[in-house]
Parts: sequence; C-alpha cells; structure tokens
Amino acid sequence: MSSPLRVPKNAPRPNWVSTRNPCKACAPLGATLVMRGIAGALPFLHGSQGCATYMRRYIISHFREPMDIATSGFSEATTIFGGGANLHQGLGNVTSQYHPALIGIATTCLTETIGEDVHGLLHEYRAKRTGAGEPVLVHVATPAYSGTHVDGFHDAVRAVVEQLAEKDASPSAYASGFVNLFPGLVSAEDLRFLKEVAADFAMPLTLFPDCSETLDGPSMKKYEKIPEGGTTIAALRGTASAKASIEFGRTLRTKRTAASFLQERFEVPAKRIGMPIGVHESDAFFAVMEKLSGHETPEKYRQERGRLVDAYVDGHKYLFGKRAIVIGDEDLVVGLASLLAETGVVPVLCASGGKSGALGHSIAEVTTHLREPAAVRDGVDFMTIAEELALKELKPDFVIGTSKGAKLARELGVPLIRVGFPIHDRIGGQRILHLGYRGAQQLFDLIVNTLLEIKQESSSIGYSYL
Amino acid sequence: MADILRERERQVYRKGQQQPYQLDCEKQSVAGSVSQRACVFCGSRVVLYPIADALHIVHGPIGCASYTWDIRGALSSGPELHRLSFSTDLQEMDVVRGGEKKLHAALCELIDAHHPKAAFVYATCIVGVIGDDVDAVCKRVSMEKGIPVLSVHSEGFKGTKKDGYKAACDALLQLVGTGPTEDISPKSINILGDFNLAGETWMIRDYYARMGVEVVSCITGDGRIDDIRRAHGAALNVVQCSGSMTYLAKSMKEKYGIPFLRVSYFGVEDMSKSLYDVARHFKDREMLERTQGMVREELERVMPLVAEYRKALEGKRAAIYVGGAFKAFSLVSALRHLGMTTVMVGSQTGNKEDYEQLRELCDEGTIIADDSNPLELSSFLEEKDVDVFIGGVKERPIAYKLGIGFCDHNHERKEALAGFEGMLNFAKEVYGSVMSPVWRLTPRKRATALEVVK
Repeated sequence: MSSPLRVPKNAPRPNWVSTRNPCKACAPLGATLVMRGIAGALPFLHGSQGCATYMRRYIISHFREPMDIATSGFSEATTIFGGGANLHQGLGNVTSQYHPALIGIATTCLTETIGEDVHGLLHEYRAKRTGAGEPVLVHVATPAYSGTHVDGFHDAVRAVVEQLAEKDASPSAYASGFVNLFPGLVSAEDLRFLKEVAADFAMPLTLFPDCSETLDGPSMKKYEKIPEGGTTIAALRGTASAKASIEFGRTLRTKRTAASFLQERFEVPAKRIGMPIGVHESDAFFAVMEKLSGHETPEKYRQERGRLVDAYVDGHKYLFGKRAIVIGDEDLVVGLASLLAETGVVPVLCASGGKSGALGHSIAEVTTHLREPAAVRDGVDFMTIAEELALKELKPDFVIGTSKGAKLARELGVPLIRVGFPIHDRIGGQRILHLGYRGAQQLFDLIVNTLLEIKQESSSIGYSYL
Repeated sequence: MADILRERERQVYRKGQQQPYQLDCEKQSVAGSVSQRACVFCGSRVVLYPIADALHIVHGPIGCASYTWDIRGALSSGPELHRLSFSTDLQEMDVVRGGEKKLHAALCELIDAHHPKAAFVYATCIVGVIGDDVDAVCKRVSMEKGIPVLSVHSEGFKGTKKDGYKAACDALLQLVGTGPTEDISPKSINILGDFNLAGETWMIRDYYARMGVEVVSCITGDGRIDDIRRAHGAALNVVQCSGSMTYLAKSMKEKYGIPFLRVSYFGVEDMSKSLYDVARHFKDREMLERTQGMVREELERVMPLVAEYRKALEGKRAAIYVGGAFKAFSLVSALRHLGMTTVMVGSQTGNKEDYEQLRELCDEGTIIADDSNPLELSSFLEEKDVDVFIGGVKERPIAYKLGIGFCDHNHERKEALAGFEGMLNFAKEVYGSVMSPVWRLTPRKRATALEVVK
C-alpha cells in the first residue's frame, strides 16, 4: 500500500496536488549554509525555534560537524505584535555569547507571512548599539513558500554581496587582478579543490561562500564557538573591485545572482559556466581560468585530464548504454548528466525538486550527442519520479544523487551512488570531490566499480579478473 | 567555566555548590541562545509519527515535511505509511489566497491512493496566520472519505515541544473510545510512550505476554489506528516518556476511569520495577511469580555480560542531555551499573519535579541544566573531562569535535536500548565508544598523554 511503484501500467498520471517524499528543503536552509561560509559569522533565523533546530539537524547529519544556528524564537505574542524585540534580544545574546564578526539573518515563512520589516528592525538595532565590537549584520529574505534550499542559497549569496560590496574597498589581502568565484552549493572538498586550482594558476581568488573549513574542520581540544575559515568580510567588501566574477550553474540564467549584481552595479564582468563536472564542463572551467589568470593550465591538471580520459577508455565497455536516473539540485544534475553522457551512460531521467525553469534547456546543452534525449523533470518529488519510472518502463541500472533517493533505489533494486547534498545515511558527504578532472575521475571509478560489483555478485561463478 | 547568558543563569545548577537549590524550567527559550529544543510541530510529529497505518500530512511550506521525512527509527510490523512524507507544500499564491482548497485536494488524493485508517493533518506556523480553517477541512474530508481526519494544532511558535505533545494527545483522544472493547481481558494495558525505536515495543510486548498481560494498544510504537480506537477498553495505562503521554493518561483516567502507572524501560532496575509494578497492580500472585521468574532469567543472562563491560568502564565519566528528563533518571542508574559517574545531566523539557528527582539522584558536583545550548554543553564536557556523552543527533558533533565518545539515545538509534537486552546493548555501545583507540589520537587525549610522560 505504501509502495509508490505499484501504479497500474499506462494509467494516466494524476496531477498530484501534494508533495510526496520531497526532493528539496526550504529556502532558509540554503541561506544558513551561506552564512556559515563567512569568516567569524553566525547564521541566525528570524522565526520559530523549530526551524533552526530542524535545519541544524539536517545539516549536521550531512557534515557531521557542529552547526550552530541562532533564532529569535517566535512565541504566540511575538507573532501577533511583531518580532522586533525578539530579534533585538537574540542579536544581543548571540553577540555576547559568540562574539561574531558578522551575523547572517535569514527570514522564515512565518516572518515573511506576517510581513516583518527586517531591514528596518536591523536599522533600529544598529542605531541602538553604537559601541565597539558590534558585528556586521546582513540579512536575506527567504520565504520558505517560494523556491527551494538552492534558491535560498543563491539569494543569500547575492544579498550578502549586495549589502557588503563597496566600490573602493581594497581587499588588502589580495593583489590586484583577483577574481570572485561563486561556486554554488558544492562540497567542502570541492571548495578546497577550487582554492588549490586558483593557487596553482597564481590567481588571487575570493571564493564565496567558503565552508571548506567551517563545515569540515579538524578535531579540537577546545570547542570553537565559531570555527576557523570562511570568506572574510574584507574580501566580500572587495568583490566590487574584482577583475571578473565566475559563477557555476547553467540554470542560474533565470536568477538575479551575486555575479549579475556585481556586473550591473560595479561593472565586474560575470562569467557563468556549468558546474565543472566531467571533462567537457571542466574544460570550460579551465579555459576560463586560463583566460582570467593569463596562465596556461598547469601540468598537474593536464595530467589529471589525461589520466581521466585514459580511464574513460579503460572503463567504457562497462558503462556504454547503461541507464541512469539523476536526482539532486538542478546544477548538480546538469553536471552529472554531462559526465554520464560523455561516458556513454544514458541519463534516462534527470530530476530535481528545484524549478528554475532552465533545467531542461541546460540538460539539452550538455547532452547534445545523446541519441535518446534525456527526460527532464523539474519541481518534482520522489514519488512522482517513481511513478514516472513505472509508467515509462525506463529500466534504470543505477540512481545517482542525494541519499534521499535511497528508498527509490531500494524499491527499484538498483544501487544508489551518493553524491551532492544531503547525504544522511553515510559518512563523508562533505569530502566527496565532484569538480574538475580529479572529481570526475573519482565519480567515474565509483560508477564503474559499482556496476562491476553487481555484475560480479550476480555472476554464478564470480570472477577474479575483469 | 561556562559562559552562561544572564537570562539563563537560573537554569543551570551545580549540586552542592549552590545553596539554596533552585532551577528554573518550563520557560520559553531565550532568543539567541541556540537552544537544542525544537518546536510545537516537532512535539506533535514525533509522538504521532510511529502510527504506521495513518496518513500524516504536513500543511505548510515544504521545510517541515522535508525535515521530518523518515526521521525516527520507529519500526512497523506491517504497513509503513508513516515513513513517507506528505506535504501541501504551500506556495506564495497559497499564502495569499489561503491553503484550504489545496489541503482538501491533497487529503482526498492521498486518502484515495493509500487507503489509510485515519489521517493526521499537522498545521505549521503560517497556517493560522493565513487564516486556514483546518478543522473545517478535516471534518469535511472525514465525512467524504469515511475515516477519521484529525487536525493537529502544531503551529511551531505556539509554545514549546510540550505543547506539541498535548496537541498530539488531543488528536489521539478523538480516536480513543471509538472502537469495540468486547473480548478485552481484565488484565490488560495500553503501552503509552514507547515508540518502537529499533523494535523496542516488540521486546516490551514480549515481556507482557510472558507475564500474561494483554496489550490492547501501543501508543504509538508500531501503532495502529484500530488499536488506539479501542484503547479505552484496557484496565491500565502504563506510561513511559511521561513528558509526552501523561496528559493522555490523565485524560483517559478522567474520561474512562483508567488508572495509570509511570514506568521506564531503560536500565535493568527500572525495567524490572516497571514489570513488577504492573504485576502488583493486577494483584495476581501467579502473574507476579511469572514476572519474578522472567526477570531472574533475563538478569542471569544479561548481567554477567554487563559485568564484563563494567570492568573496563569503572570510574569513567558520563554526561547526559536528552529531550525529556524522565529518561535521564534511568540513564543515571544504568550508568551506575556500568561503574560510571554522571557528571552532567540536562534536558530540553524537564519540569520542577523531574529536576528535583535528578538532584536527589546525582552525586555532589553534578551539573544539572535545563534547555541548554552548544556553548554551555561543550564547556561542561571540557570542564568535567567527560568520557562519553549521551544525547541525540544535535549533541553528537559537540562531543565528537572535542574527541569525546558519544551514545545516541534518541530517535535515530538503530540499537534497542530498552529492556534487559537493551541494557546489554547500551553497555556494549558505551564500551565500544569509550574504549575506541581513536581518542588517543585526538588533541584532547594526546595532550594528556604527553603530560603523563613528563
């Protein structure tokens, strides 16, 4: 009765009103991740106590790291009379306990619905607190009834840059000719990789947000109130003076982003490319790096590319014609579809809970040589995906995506290759490298070996050589 | 020493070091204190979650449904409808125009698709604010579909988790009393407040079966709507997790005259006492003898094994931070069985009596904290040089970051910790964490080791 797969064949697909096994979280969650990527910052939710606790739990279960999110903790009276007093008290308490350099405030569905004027409330708060040691306050509107955690993420990136970028701020830590990079929601390992690439190109970089240390830190003797790492406030102020901005995400074309803001307001040229997953999308990234840095791609990465292509050759037979379902955040799905298509796997269904409006077009762009165009579903949930599969008899060989697809994969009797966010049922989600030739190498080996394992396990004799 | 917010100073107490005793509790969390608590919705959702043949639909934007999808390790012996996540996923236009129509349509399609025995509709924060009449929609769907459709008034901001428990109990009370009660034994009980995490309800049911006690319903572990409907036919309510279920037990006492007992299934003493209390309630000598026999048999099996773990754990220090304080009592005594001292204990939602009892139970110097937060908890762990911290998912990274062992005693655990077998599992898990060689590599222990060498 609970199996979503028991749908009669050829039954008309009902137009479900409800969302069943969601493929998304709410917008404020994405904003808290961004705030966590600012040096010395504490995320703060203006709303009910439960929002902060639920999001902490969701994030902790992926990163296995402390994730403190403060809240104004609405009560019934607050909801009727407004949350100003709670917001002010909360900011004061957070300041005295955590001594943050910045507090990143995101709204929730409740505060948006009752129409809280957060901008005005913060203005009042700043006017009251004029002493030294007061944190910088930034805020973003993240009504949970609009968009997904990914929208909340990108909106927070833009809001922070909008509120901090200054024309003549000199990011003193940087030489001239630095570049902004807005990578989107990627893993801590991906962020470390991007910093390594920039260093190898000798290109000064403002990477934002940067959770590479704040959400994947070392074992500690003393509890750090706010973990080391993150994009500095000075670097964020300096984003207006960058030589260019790079943003990852083909589906961002429908959004107003930090990069588009900097271009309009400060004439910082924006370069949008796909999330660099697989050879083609990584080539585009390294080409941009060459152009902006004026240096050729270092030998190290040429070697990585060469080894990756060599591995594609070694493994091509095991992947050709295999059928995959790809599920996750839109831009991750686009990147994975590109990698799968270039290795001979057919992405039979590319699905996301996000609904930028650009997913179909973006997938088409990266899978041009596919003989059978991928079915694309945006704004979708897991039970709809399951019904789609049953109806169309897509017969996938594996699912690749977040751990929320585990139930679906189990029902289909195929493996789930866990990538992206969240991964709640394994450790190490934050250490998965998706990006660059190196990330593609790891994903490729993982996919091939997963399929080989099935073949070997299901063989009546097993075998010792490929 | 801990950096405690001024507003919270009276919510932390050190036994023997502060006179007179005072500990404030049952207060709204202080804004900005990063409480470990959740909200009203969370309280309702966790309590009703294990009812496996009901439809649970969250009315609101998507977050609340996303964050509670398959969240508890509450097992079912049959249907698993509770493990799916359903939401009205309210969008901007719904907020403007109201969500009643969408809720009606969502309920109808889901009931048609899944044929549940009942439906629970959880109202989240904005539902009241946008003026949806959830009760009216539920009533209408109930008429149309012929099953109970129950609204759960769990708007997050309308109190604390405890108010959510009450909202859940109010929904349950609408079910109790609507089923047949013929054929129910006079020696029968309802198990209240066990959630069948890792199959614990099954273990407890087995004990009662061996005693000769009929279990009419379990509310809510491995729960079924039809059982709950006939729960008023039981002779006794046996209440664990008193924080969530005492209200239901009291209401059933008032309405149906069913007495109730508070019990705990954690730790061998509390487990045995619980079974004896139930046997004594029925004033049945044979049942008492059967219970004694069973307890003896279980203890003889389990305790020698526990003693082995105790050898290694003797003198180690534990900290406890759990949702309801009642569970903490049992944990303190269970840890004593392992030769361990509890140096810090706290809860999200304990009341005055709970903390008074904890104070009596604990050793001098023990820190007792109500509605604590990561900064306080981490400072307590450091100050008391704790070997193992017992808590839930949100406490885990605090311990791990500091290189301290951790034991999950919350919703997501995969090991049964209740009952006699549970004591053994608990010992095994604490041992497995405390004795792991990995701590020797962490900065916290390395420094100590070097000092010893000096």
